[in-house]
Amino acid sequence: MTLQYTPEEMMVVTASRQPGNDDVCFVGIGTPSAACNLARLTHAPDITLIYESGTIGARPEVLPLSIGDPELCETALTTVPVAEMFQYWLQAGRISIGFLAAAQIDRFANINTTVIGDYNQPKVRLPGAGGAPEIASHCGEILVIMPHSTRSLVPEVDFITSFGFGHGGNERADIGLTTKGPTLVITDLCLMRPDPETKELTVESLHPGVSREMVIDATGWTPIFADDLAETPPPTSEELAALRDLNERTARAHSRVGGHQ
Amino acid sequence: MPTVTTLHEAIATHVRDGDSVCLEGFTHLIPFAAGHEVIRQGRRGLTLIRMTPDLIYDQMIGAGCATKLIFSWGGNPGVGSLHRFRDAVENGWPHPLEIEEHSHAAMANAYWAGAAGLPLAVLKGYLGSGLPEVNDNIRFIDDPFTGERLAAVPAIRPDVTVIHAQRADRHGNVLIEGIVGVQKEAALAAKRAVVVTVEEIVDDLSASSYNSVILPSWAVDSIVEAPGGAHPSYAHGYYTRDNAYYSEWDAISRQRDGFEAWLEDTVGVAAP
Repeated sequence: MTLQYTPEEMMVVTASRQPGNDDVCFVGIGTPSAACNLARLTHAPDITLIYESGTIGARPEVLPLSIGDPELCETALTTVPVAEMFQYWLQAGRISIGFLAAAQIDRFANINTTVIGDYNQPKVRLPGAGGAPEIASHCGEILVIMPHSTRSLVPEVDFITSFGFGHGGNERADIGLTTKGPTLVITDLCLMRPDPETKELTVESLHPGVSREMVIDATGWTPIFADDLAETPPPTSEELAALRDLNERTARAHSRVGGHQ
Repeated sequence: MPTVTTLHEAIATHVRDGDSVCLEGFTHLIPFAAGHEVIRQGRRGLTLIRMTPDLIYDQMIGAGCATKLIFSWGGNPGVGSLHRFRDAVENGWPHPLEIEEHSHAAMANAYWAGAAGLPLAVLKGYLGSGLPEVNDNIRFIDDPFTGERLAAVPAIRPDVTVIHAQRADRHGNVLIEGIVGVQKEAALAAKRAVVVTVEEIVDDLSASSYNSVILPSWAVDSIVEAPGGAHPSYAHGYYTRDNAYYSEWDAISRQRDGFEAWLEDTVGVAAP
């Protein structure tokens, strides 16, 4: 029997397969957090998850709603001040993977979480940078997870909050960045990886049931497909069960009103 | 030794129109009760400083307290937008709001520099980001030893810092536990006054470690017992984060009239 799953489940499960057991991950809230915890609950039990609130080695039972839920602190190996987090652990290069979500990403993997439209007269004011600019420059590599649409995958972002590859080529090294930058974009339709030379995001794998046309229609530029275009392996029943358990526990926990401990 | 006083008295004494004010607490221990008191006392023209404006600054901005915001992430965590913040930035309601926008790394470093008595913070940051182009308080300097190009931001030195903590003892020493954020740095960076609201005032702080985060009494100006003063954020060991309230705030704050009704019902003041 074929397993039934949603595009979002496909996206999160695929993302969860990327980090390994030895990785130290700086985890953004939302789908990055879901993917990283799914990795921990399946193939990477010893993965180190770091949230910018200062929690190192968090092992939350349910997904946090915010970056600083008590669950993160209670299950962490240690909780450090926020300045120390950004100075000793992120800036000094001790984190292998940064896992980010993005409101907007462009052809060269630059990320915008600041504004849609002009900065001084914004059409939509987005939350802003948070930790992302320095996560994007100091982690060994960056994984980006986001739903695929022409609104979110655009030829050029309105504002570069976090630098990917600029206009492509060697621009990253030219401005003094020594880390890899975004190495993989995981959407609900496909996987995209920067071309080794041009750094343009290139479709390397389509999720099951997704056609080239669907990706072309949902992308704000005409995407390039890899010569050896692959099909992403579907979720296993174990992965799906672990993700659904996690989501169910999380929904139950968050519907409860805060009370005395 | 700090004065142990009421919330009304502490805010009336220390927070003045036109001040730069910092109400910190990184998701945890956000001083909501104190923020509501600032709204009740009708403060205007404030420069509000916080890494994550959160619901507390959404409320203070909507109530008309602020003319400037210095921040690094202005969303409702895990929920979406801060609608009152967006209405001020996008439409100038109830007042136009000047913004000075940073990254978390820069703000955390700027608090740290403020606490350390330095005029600026230096960091490896903002490389390739558009923020330096829209914020004149982000500049670059060359390391005099290696020539490496580094980002620089001014130290944060608010007139007044307000934080919430678990406990104070009767001498006025303050204990902060759990996600400690940048509260210690923000308190020590204050130029004129530090106000601390606490869940309870006790005989013995009962710190759980020799290395607990403690603000000595002589670094604090006013202590206020305000149980529940961090709700809907949380006070670790006392009450958990009211995640449902954070979700409900989206509907309460989306329209101006909904927010104004909340302002009257919950804080007890008329709309701005």
